[in-house]
Amino acid sequence: MNVELTVNGSTHRLDVEPRTSLADALRDGLKLTGTTLGCEHGVCGSCTVLVDGTAIRSCLVLAVQADGADVRTVEGLAGDGGPHPLQEAFAAEHALQCGFCTPGFLMLLAGALAEEPDLDHDERRMDEVLASNLCRCTGYAGIRRAAARAARRMRGDVAPGSRS
Amino acid sequence: MPGMRDMKPPQFDYVAPASVPEAVAVLAERGPESRVLAGGQSLLIELRYRTERPALVVDVNRIPGLSDIAVEDGSVHIGALVRHAQLEHARFGDPLAELFRQVAPYVAHPPIRARGTFAGSLAWAHPASEWCALAMALDAGIELDGPSGRRTVPAGSWFRGAFTTACLPEELVTGVRLPRPPAGAVVAFAEHRRTHGSFALAAALVMLRVSEGRVAWIRIGLANAADIPLRAVEAEHLMMGERPEPDLRAQAAARAAAEADPADEPHAPAAYRRHALATLVRRCLARAVENAGTP
Ligand SMILES: Cc1cc2nc3c(=O)[nH]c(=O)nc-3n(C[C@H](O)[C@H](O)[C@H](O)COP(=O)(O)OP(=O)(O)OC[C@H]3O[C@@H](n4cnc5c(N)ncnc54)[C@H](O)[C@@H]3O)c2cc1C
Ligand code: FES
Ligand code: FES
Repeated sequence: MNVELTVNGSTHRLDVEPRTSLADALRDGLKLTGTTLGCEHGVCGSCTVLVDGTAIRSCLVLAVQADGADVRTVEGLAGDGGPHPLQEAFAAEHALQCGFCTPGFLMLLAGALAEEPDLDHDERRMDEVLASNLCRCTGYAGIRRAAARAARRMRGDVAPGSRS
Repeated sequence: MPGMRDMKPPQFDYVAPASVPEAVAVLAERGPESRVLAGGQSLLIELRYRTERPALVVDVNRIPGLSDIAVEDGSVHIGALVRHAQLEHARFGDPLAELFRQVAPYVAHPPIRARGTFAGSLAWAHPASEWCALAMALDAGIELDGPSGRRTVPAGSWFRGAFTTACLPEELVTGVRLPRPPAGAVVAFAEHRRTHGSFALAAALVMLRVSEGRVAWIRIGLANAADIPLRAVEAEHLMMGERPEPDLRAQAAARAAAEADPADEPHAPAAYRRHALATLVRRCLARAVENAGTP
C-alpha cells in the first residue's frame, strides 16, 4: 500500500505492506535508524517517536495508520543552530551510557515537555513519564537531571551557553 | 520466546472505513477472519506473537464522531475511540471523572495511554484490566453495531472469560455508557503491581455515598480477582444501610476477597492475591469513608 509520511518536515511516499510497523518503515524504508527497536511489543519505549506532536510507541502503530501524519524522529531533533536542548542536557548530565535507549527518551521528553513545559516541577508526573521507557545502563538519575535541565533551558530560565 | 522473525506480524489485508456503517458492512462480510484495530496497543502485540492471525485488519481510527466523552443526565457516554489519556485528563465535575483520573495512571504508560482506548480495553477483556473492573462495578452498557442492527450488552453479561466477550465477529463496539454515581458519591482506587509497567496483580475500586452516617449507595469492583472482572456484591450488601466503621469495613473487605476466585500466577499464588485483594478493598473503603466526611 502507498503511504505518505511527513518525517522531520520532508514528505516521503512509501510502498509498505499493511503489517509494516511505523518503526520498520522509518528504519528499513527511510533508513532512519536512529529510532531503535528493543522489544517490538510496547514494553521498552526505545522506538518512541512523535506522531502529530504526541509521543507514541512506533512499534505499536502500523505505517499505514500514519498515512498523512507528521512524524518526528531523533534525526530531526537538532536544528540548524546545533543540538536540541534535550540532547545537550543528556550529554551534560551523563544521561546515557550505551545510548540504545536514548533516542526513545529524547522523543518521549520532547513530546512530554511540549505538553507540560513545567514537567520538572511535578516529581510524580516526571517519574511517571520517565518510567514509560527502559534504560538498562544509567539508573535514571542522570536522565531525570537532564530532563529538568532541558526543561529549564527550553522555558528560557537559563541563558543559552551558561554552565548551570 | 518467539524467534526474531516471529516478532513481525503475519500478513494481512487492511481497510480503514470512513464510517460506522462502512465498518459494519466490511465486518458483515468478513467478520470471522477480521480483527478491529482501535488503539492497537494490544492487537499489534498479539499479531507479533501470532496469537492473532486475521486475514483482514479493520482500522476504525478514521471514523469521525467516536472520540467524545459525553456527560449526560444519568450517564456518561464514552465513544469507541476515546483514549485512556482523555479519561486521565477528564475535567467534568463528577465522582466518575475523579475515578477516571485516579485509575488512568495505572493503565500502562503515557505513550500507550495516548493511543489505547477505553472501549478497546473492554473488547480485549484482559482479566487485570482496570477499566473492565470499573465497567463491571457500574454495570456499564456496551453498545454494538452489527449486521442485525444495534444492541446494548450489560457488563454483567459482556465478560465471558479471559479475553472472551459477548461481541460477535461481525460486530463493532461503538461506545460504552456508564451510569453516573449519585451526587455526593466518593471514589477510591488501589492497585498492587510489581513495576510501573506491570498489569495489576490485583486492584480494587470503591464508589460510595454516605447519608446520615450510613452507607446509602455502594459499588465495589475488582480487577484480576478472577478470569473476568468482578463486582463484589456480597461485600456491598454487608455495607448497605450500615455505619461504615473500621470493623465492618474489614469484614466487607474479607467478604470481597472470598467472592474472588484468583488463579495462581508465578509471582502471586492465589492465596496471596486474595490477601492482597482484601487489603486493597479495605484501603479503598477507608479512603472513601474519609473523603465522605461526616455528613
Ligand atoms: C506495556 C503495556 C502495558 C500495559 N498495561 C496495561 C495495564 O496496566 N492495564 C490495562 O488495562 N491495559 C494495559 N495495557 C493494554 C492497553 O490498555 C490497551 O490499550 C488496551 O488493552 C486495548 O485497547 P486498544 O484500543 O489499544 O485496543 P486494540 O489493541 O486495538 O484491540 C484489542 C482487542 O480488542 C478488539 N477491539 C478493539 N476495539 C474494538 C471495537 N471498537 N469493537 C470491536 N472490537 C474491538 C480488537 O479487535 C482486539 O482484539 C498495556 C499495554 C502495553 C503495551
Ligand atoms: S521496541 Fe517499541 S516499545 Fe520496545
Ligand atoms: S544508556 Fe544503555 S540502555 Fe539506556
